[in-house]
Amino acid sequence: MNITEAAARIAEAGDGSPRRGRDPVNLPMIRNWLEALGDTNPRYEAGSLAPPAMVQVWTMHGLHPASTAGDPLSAMSVVLDEAGFTSVVATNSEQAYHRELRLGEQVEVRSRQRDAAGPKRTALGEGWFVTTESTWYVGTEAVATMLFRILKYRPPGPPEPLPSPPAAPPAAPPVDVLRPVVSRDTAFFWDGTAAGELRIQRCGECGALRHPPGPACPECGALKPEYVVAAGTGEVYSYVVHHHPPVPGRALPFVVALVELTEGVRMVGEILGAREFGVGEVSIGAPVRVEFVRVDGELTLPAWRLADPEGER
Amino acid sequence: MISGKAVISGQAAIAGIGATEFSKDSGRSELRLAVEAVRAALDDAGIAPSEVDGLVTFSMDTNSEIAVAREIGAGELSFFSHVGYGGGAACATVQQAAMAVATGMAGVVVCYRALNERSGHRFGQVSRAAASMPTSSGVDNGWTYPMGLGTPAATVAMAARRYQHVYGASSEDFGQVAVADRRHAATNPNAWFYQRPITLAEHQASRWIAEPLRLLDCCQESDGAVALVVTSAERASGLRQPPAVIRAAAQGSGSDQFVMTSYYRDGLTGLPEMGVVGRQLWRQSGFAPADVRTAVLYDHFTPYVLMQLEELGFCPRGEARHFIAGGAIQLGGRLPLNTHGGQLGEAYIHGMNGIAEAVRQVRGSSVNQVPGDGPVLVTAGTGVPTSGLILSEVR
Repeated sequence: MNITEAAARIAEAGDGSPRRGRDPVNLPMIRNWLEALGDTNPRYEAGSLAPPAMVQVWTMHGLHPASTAGDPLSAMSVVLDEAGFTSVVATNSEQAYHRELRLGEQVEVRSRQRDAAGPKRTALGEGWFVTTESTWYVGTEAVATMLFRILKYRPPGPPEPLPSPPAAPPAAPPVDVLRPVVSRDTAFFWDGTAAGELRIQRCGECGALRHPPGPACPECGALKPEYVVAAGTGEVYSYVVHHHPPVPGRALPFVVALVELTEGVRMVGEILGAREFGVGEVSIGAPVRVEFVRVDGELTLPAWRLADPEGER
Repeated sequence: MISGKAVISGQAAIAGIGATEFSKDSGRSELRLAVEAVRAALDDAGIAPSEVDGLVTFSMDTNSEIAVAREIGAGELSFFSHVGYGGGAACATVQQAAMAVATGMAGVVVCYRALNERSGHRFGQVSRAAASMPTSSGVDNGWTYPMGLGTPAATVAMAARRYQHVYGASSEDFGQVAVADRRHAATNPNAWFYQRPITLAEHQASRWIAEPLRLLDCCQESDGAVALVVTSAERASGLRQPPAVIRAAAQGSGSDQFVMTSYYRDGLTGLPEMGVVGRQLWRQSGFAPADVRTAVLYDHFTPYVLMQLEELGFCPRGEARHFIAGGAIQLGGRLPLNTHGGQLGEAYIHGMNGIAEAVRQVRGSSVNQVPGDGPVLVTAGTGVPTSGLILSEVR
């Protein structure tokens, strides 16, 4: 199936599944927004009204968005990624407001694909313009609409090894986690986590395994780093229950462990779900299994979950 | 490879010490704090600022050697250095000064550290800057910070947990260090926690920071500055204060070393880089652990004080909890530690205030003076490439 056919099929599918706002229209969020934008107009608070331009805020993903399956823009992005149009830039966002929202109203948004035009030659490279139409509803009443256009383009030079993220609306803030500094020596590891593989550096000369990786083998001196894919199992070598101070992108407390992999190397990662089942469940020697936490298109973190021999947690 | 006794031992001495007050909000620039401490140290030694021809500080200090030189009116410098790895460099500043003096590169070298660590940049918080440095250290931090391990306390907690698991040490054992420090601070008018000792029960009741570390296992955050004047032992003998002769001075980095996260090399129950320092200190000075009268062991976090006692040979591995029991590290015990109150009790001046206390012990002027004439040992930041000194009076 070519891109035009895929685009037509996505367009024919019409509205994707509705996304409901996490919270009803509320005063704290309105105040934050007004403050952030420096809008001192008293009428919103006085009239219990939300500024119309806030409409996207009500249905934003949280810091850790769930899967966007069923979203037309995500689906189209996958098609274009696979065809090599892996980079993305937002080009247009036109919004129309039908009425002001009131405190307590529950909003949901539906999106459909309006158009996919390409391939076009642009200053950034060859690409496709994809336009989606989003409508916000209160019940069955449409309160605002948005035409949102992105350019998915083929980056100049060698193609990116990794697919870009599904395009997000321009107002979405970047996910607040600390990102690793990636060097030419360590890129394979992060490429691996994005691809769902836990990669361990292996010397191409003597076969020694090593983590964290580097350009040279401390055992034999060879400058021939390769990697193997780990089984993804190991046990807790040590761990920390972090209570204070706050850490970007994490709710307190959380558990970080030093895991000794079955292959023998150690690596640091969060123990997922510890707050739910109780941090006291973690212990040195506990078996764990790797999981991959996709932060966004640029970063996937390796993490661990206790492997319960009695069954799934 | 390990230097022999004759090379540096006894060649140079600390002739002056100076400090600002220790506070939570100095209200002054870090450069001004540096200038005040350097002037105080020179005044203590009886040396004019114009005689200073060398300056040494360490990474994380925001005041360049030339800026300090300008402000104190030092004129020309022939030796200046900025040692790496933060608090691990505290004693290395004195080592470099001693080497410069011993080799004739400079005549009067001042070591300094000034910081608004409480009112300004707080080290205890997660450092976005450390996580994003475009350097090999930044790449190193990429194996921990994104995973949520991004504070000094948390990085120490990882090793402390393993140490507890292997040797059976408890939170109470860690607490003994805090109790000793705070007891000593309680009688030191310059200490932040002057007249505020704690009990072990208070330590145990303090909140978790990064389990197994409690609040009272963690050092303070402080504003302040300390400076030390190093010159030849010969010249120091004729100055205002009794000299603290540098009998040994060493740096150490272990194999497969990282900054705070050397998690991949061994059992995670020691501080091999401090072992490297200790072996040099004993060899250079000719002293043994049993000779030491009192020690200032870097105490940003209590568990690493236990590990240092083992690495330096004061007790066998895993037995520090027995060594420190029963008040052994308090005044009157067999090895009083951190008689100024340490960084938990006096102030966190990145290890430099501990060197000043070691000098006072040699002079006999500490508010918590330990009797005897044995040498005084002082160490620098742990968990990172580190350093240490052995000081004693002229003999």
